[in-house]
Amino acid sequence: MPYTSAPSVQFDRLRVRYRDTDVLQDVSLTIEGGSFTVLLGPSGSGKTTLLRTVNRMVDPAGGRVLLDGSDVSLQNVVRLRRSIGYVMQASGLFPHRTVLDNVATVPRLLGVRREEARTTALAAMARVGLGPDLAHRYPSQLSGGQQQRVGVARALAAGPRIMLMDEPFGAVDPITRRALQHEIRQLHAGTGVTILFVTHDVDEALALGDRILVLDAGGRVAQDATPTGILTNPADDFVAEMLGTASGDRSLRIQDARGAELVVDRSGRPIGVLER
Amino acid sequence: MNLLVETVLWLVDPIHWSGPDGIPTRLAQHVGVTLTVIAIAGVIALPIGAWMGHTRRGEATIATLVNGSRALPTLGLVTLFALWMGIGVRAPILALVILAIPSIVAGTYSGISSASRQAVEAARALGHTSWQTLTRVEAPLAMPTIGGGFQSALLQVVATATIAAYVADVGLGRYIFAGLKSRDYPEMLAGSVLTILLALLATAGAAGVGRLYRRLTTNEGNPL
Amino acid sequence: MNWVAANTAQIVGLLLAHVAITIPAILLSVAVAVPLGRLAQASGRARGGILATTGILYAIPSLPLVIVIPAVFGLPLRSAATMIIALTVYGVALLARTAADAFASVPAEVAAAATATGHTSGAQFLHVELPLAMPVLIAGTRVVAMSTIGLATIGALIGIPSLGSLLTDGFQRGIAAEVATGIVLTLALAAVVDGSLWLAGRTSQPWTRVAGRARGVAA
Repeated sequence: MPYTSAPSVQFDRLRVRYRDTDVLQDVSLTIEGGSFTVLLGPSGSGKTTLLRTVNRMVDPAGGRVLLDGSDVSLQNVVRLRRSIGYVMQASGLFPHRTVLDNVATVPRLLGVRREEARTTALAAMARVGLGPDLAHRYPSQLSGGQQQRVGVARALAAGPRIMLMDEPFGAVDPITRRALQHEIRQLHAGTGVTILFVTHDVDEALALGDRILVLDAGGRVAQDATPTGILTNPADDFVAEMLGTASGDRSLRIQDARGAELVVDRSGRPIGVLER
Repeated sequence: MNLLVETVLWLVDPIHWSGPDGIPTRLAQHVGVTLTVIAIAGVIALPIGAWMGHTRRGEATIATLVNGSRALPTLGLVTLFALWMGIGVRAPILALVILAIPSIVAGTYSGISSASRQAVEAARALGHTSWQTLTRVEAPLAMPTIGGGFQSALLQVVATATIAAYVADVGLGRYIFAGLKSRDYPEMLAGSVLTILLALLATAGAAGVGRLYRRLTTNEGNPL
Repeated sequence: MNWVAANTAQIVGLLLAHVAITIPAILLSVAVAVPLGRLAQASGRARGGILATTGILYAIPSLPLVIVIPAVFGLPLRSAATMIIALTVYGVALLARTAADAFASVPAEVAAAATATGHTSGAQFLHVELPLAMPVLIAGTRVVAMSTIGLATIGALIGIPSLGSLLTDGFQRGIAAEVATGIVLTLALAAVVDGSLWLAGRTSQPWTRVAGRARGVAA
């Protein structure tokens, strides 16, 4: 379904079972259109499962998922998926296609002619900082960081208004990861798409999200707040543990420094910046 | 169906169950030829496969051999050898031995060469000679795979021994060729059905032996 | 050899007859075994049933199968169709398991990416899974091709023309050269088909040839 503006996502009493256990229980929350929301939690918290109910890679046992107000289970699943950008940790690039044809996947599926699709693909590649010289290489010839960028470009190529990102930068070295995080924030600022981003990395969540949903086991929302809110007021021991505030590793303070908010630890050493 | 009825009638006719052309005799000949071939092929192929597996050399040769032997027409070997050696059971036996060897070599090579390198290293370090390593370490571990090679060869030979009847007066294939000559389709069909049953029995039997072996040798904690 | 020179026309005719029964059989085997293999890979229960059935079919001796098929299908005994059906049965029995393994070798995340980007299941099979399963499928098809070409000679025993006719005729007339010709030509045909399939495999997978070559500058 084409959206004229970035769609909202609503989970309504969502329940997902895997084998004999409830992976997600009674999850109800609304995600604003155009926002950058991070789902943060340890493995087993159901965050990836929650993400995948949106593009119906996972089917719920109970409850509904509403995309821009309409139930996703009532829509044609193939068309739904083509309208959503999805990025995975293992990039899932097609090894038998060139980078350019990988990026052009969804436009081609939508029936766009090859030449036009390739032009669009080149534009998407440019948006993630990949030059046309890589267009005719195969994924196996690229570095890990480049492969992740291709994955993002592929998700962007058809101009979706919502992106689902499942730990996309997990397998990449810290320096590259920092650069990719920066680029994704810029992308969000420039396009205004709704982004749902899953991670288990606290620093990444703090750096990226407008809003962070901390999930513990069973998909229970332990806290729902802005990064600042979480840092200064962890809702319970679980969240505090995760942030490391219990052992004083992370900030209990935010300092104002040159228009940015500096995150410092207990001894005043800066460990990060919240850019706004 | 008329044909089906006639075939069944042929099979239950007591005449066909006695005498030198009777089913029991032909069956015994068929099985006899098969076992002879496997025995000869085994004697030749086991040492070759074992040595190649032990020294881990010649894998490509084996692959080519196995693949090539698929395209080699057994009928061609049977007729060629029959022209050289005359009518009788020797030509088909030679041809079938050649048919069976690649499977046994491949199975033996695979089994012996896949014995854990660490086990072999340990054996050598403890002072085993090459021969001892082969017989006491590699061979026992390789038994299932070697068995598989034999099983594959056995099934191939049981099936192909039918052709031996083309140049010799042996085996269930005789019903097929005799029926062909006298245009007796029920006889051909009866012979075919018998051969198919024998092959299926052999397959089931081989599978059963495999399962039995596995149950006997993986008796937790109890050395055999 | 003199015999070969004197009978070239007949030899060529039989070679063509051999090709006319083996090539369709190979193609049919692939056409049936590949979907079967995909089915077997997708469902554990289907896999058990399919592999058990193909295992049994493979155990059936070839000459008896060729004789039984006309009775079952109502075809004339000496028809090429009988031979093609029999060869296809073996081809499928040989290839089905390999095909199942071929589809199992497609990485799970690639299949997931195909589904998530919105491929229909048909498009996913055709454009993603099949190309990636191709190396193993080609290897399996080569085995089937060799086996089919060798096995087709059996038909000559009941009068279905093929290179096997050189074997039976040569035997009956005592001409060793004729038998030898039959064997050599069968092997030669097999080598040509095998080589073609190998070549087709290499040219259809450009991405496997560039794998591992110099990676780009770190991003």
